[in-house]
Amino acid sequence: MSREDLKQMAQRIQDDKKKYAYTIFACNASGCIPSGSEAVFEALKNCVKDRKLEDQVRVVSCGCMGICAQGPIVRVDPDQSIYQKVTVENAHRIIDEHIIGKTPVKDMLLFSHEKEPLINSFEETFFKKQKRVVLRNCGRIDPQSIDDYIAEGGYQALEKVLKRMGPEEVIAEVKHSRLRGRGGAGYPTGLKWEVVYKYVSDKKFVVCNADEGDPGAFMDRSVIEGDPHRVLEGMIIAAYAVGAQKGYVYIRGEYATAIKPLETAIKQAKKNGFLGETIMGTTFKFDIEIRIGAGAFVCGEQTALIASIEGRRGTPRPRPPYPAEKGLWGYPTLINNVETFANISAIIVHGGEWFCETGTTKSTGTKVFSLAGKVKNTGLIEVPMGISLREIVYDIGGGILDDREFKAAQTGGPSGGCISKEYLDRPVDYESLVELGSIMGSGGLIVMDDTSDMVDVARFFMEFCMDESCGKCVPCRVGTKQMFDLLNKIYIGRGTMADLKVLEELAIFVKEASLCGLGMSAPNPLLSSLRFFKEDFLQHIQRNEKVVKPLI
Amino acid sequence: MTKKDNQKDEAMQQLMKDPRFKLLTAVIKKNQNQSDTLIQILHQAQNLFGYLPMPVIKYIAEALSLPPSQVYGVVTFYNFFSLKQKGEHTCLVCTGTACYVKGAEKILAAIHEKYGIKPDETTQDNKFGLQIARCLGACGLAPVAVVDNEVVSKVRVEDFMPILEKKIGGKP
Repeated sequence: MSREDLKQMAQRIQDDKKKYAYTIFACNASGCIPSGSEAVFEALKNCVKDRKLEDQVRVVSCGCMGICAQGPIVRVDPDQSIYQKVTVENAHRIIDEHIIGKTPVKDMLLFSHEKEPLINSFEETFFKKQKRVVLRNCGRIDPQSIDDYIAEGGYQALEKVLKRMGPEEVIAEVKHSRLRGRGGAGYPTGLKWEVVYKYVSDKKFVVCNADEGDPGAFMDRSVIEGDPHRVLEGMIIAAYAVGAQKGYVYIRGEYATAIKPLETAIKQAKKNGFLGETIMGTTFKFDIEIRIGAGAFVCGEQTALIASIEGRRGTPRPRPPYPAEKGLWGYPTLINNVETFANISAIIVHGGEWFCETGTTKSTGTKVFSLAGKVKNTGLIEVPMGISLREIVYDIGGGILDDREFKAAQTGGPSGGCISKEYLDRPVDYESLVELGSIMGSGGLIVMDDTSDMVDVARFFMEFCMDESCGKCVPCRVGTKQMFDLLNKIYIGRGTMADLKVLEELAIFVKEASLCGLGMSAPNPLLSSLRFFKEDFLQHIQRNEKVVKPLI
Repeated sequence: MTKKDNQKDEAMQQLMKDPRFKLLTAVIKKNQNQSDTLIQILHQAQNLFGYLPMPVIKYIAEALSLPPSQVYGVVTFYNFFSLKQKGEHTCLVCTGTACYVKGAEKILAAIHEKYGIKPDETTQDNKFGLQIARCLGACGLAPVAVVDNEVVSKVRVEDFMPILEKKIGGKP
């Protein structure tokens, strides 16, 4: 398949779609399903059938549009009208009033892009400050259709790489973009690729880490649900660059709604010659298999993930050797996060230079966050790196629920920390967050208001780490348990100032002595709470009333 | 061989007659008896049996030429796999960060008060089991609970308990 073929194919699919006067996108991602979106999708489809509009209206079940709190969301294109909280009962009004009657259903409208009545300022706030690179197609295409992806320019990056670039050029371009790993640690992606490329081996592997274990994070899931081919394309390009023949997507067992579209996408890619032997008519071959995890947070750690793919207990091992040298079955293995792979095709098509235009000098590009907790507009957002926390919470998030006071924002899940009010104007990038004792993490961002008790939050994360510790190294296994007990003691009102001191000492010890990232970062939420919210701890220690011990 | 062992063997043979073992064999065959597919096979086995009884673990170990201890080790390592039968009805309460901040704890407390069970416990009559999940990835709709595969979002204790009672049917 040549470049022209691909472009013609995209054109043809686009022309095909033009016969539809309207396209109705019904969100069917994990955020909307619990609100009953599947039934809404069926209702819309049946209604179109009933009114005999099948030739003019296309109803598509799509990925996340971001505004999860208002779900189920339905968008009508080309008008770009977004309807909120659509139900089976009122779904027909979209067809009858908007499509047949040509007047948007005002009382259901979240906002409309049309000039006349802008229902509220949602567009101004929620979407204006966002920049969509990874989520470009999310909620705008049918994730189950490879044609939709191709029509949006999909697989053109792969064609460019296979036909006109050598592996070194691909790596140079990725290095030039200064893309950093989106899984949390922020290791430069180009460098990682280069290391794997340089090892000489008859077998190499590419692994996509979709074991999104941080509680409060659902970005990777949404990317896979909404645009699975983008992730696959990134993986295939990576395989070409490093010289791998086999790839795995390691995905959480909890993500049943993401596994299915991924399976479909792999099948379609194989059928269309983007995966398998002789990819796009070249001699390059590459195949991808899905491995389903079984609920172990530690498996997000590279070496534990490798053990799990090999069918063993997911316990990490000391590094070096790093997976880039000795990974799956001892062969060089490239492991990147879902979002990292999802950035690749845009970098190849538009160039590394273009990618650097967004973000800060050290943290380029955009970052997808799942915004949750006590904020008005919870959902999935993608923002340029370097945006301030204030803009995320107040402009995009619409402020705190019930207009209460902002207390803290938690990033990086159990490995991250809480950022207090004083730092709301700091830019959100890798370095600033580390400075504040947190980490970028995979992108969970949980907002807490003045009713949140930071001792409880620290206790919550410590319980999580204690439970998820694999038990291999002592500092993590025993340390997290001791810290949890101390936190519990303080929480129920029996703590002393001496406990606080021991807690701090222990935290530093566990951080320095643990074997893998889980243990090394487990004390982070505690340390950052101690740093910014010592008051909360003192209050617990100084008050006399005892609190009932919580169940979890 | 002791009498006890004999009894165990009989139990195993009884189980082997179970038609689900045929399906399990097919799954193992599809994975070409490769030991690295162990976790994938365990997923399927749990789907078939609802949990992972000992004979199933032994059977899989033999088919993949692995020591049963290793398979047992894998089963107990991962939260997803269960050695015990689950209750007839299950309620899964998400205790991810977003749900926690929004009051998942209150739901657990209400369930404990009413049914006397804590997370990972089942009522004595095996009718109702309570579980917690780390994060269901529906944080925008926190707090979230799943009652018998039906997701209930933006849960408020006062609204939730009647839903639960209706599903389970009266008092335990």
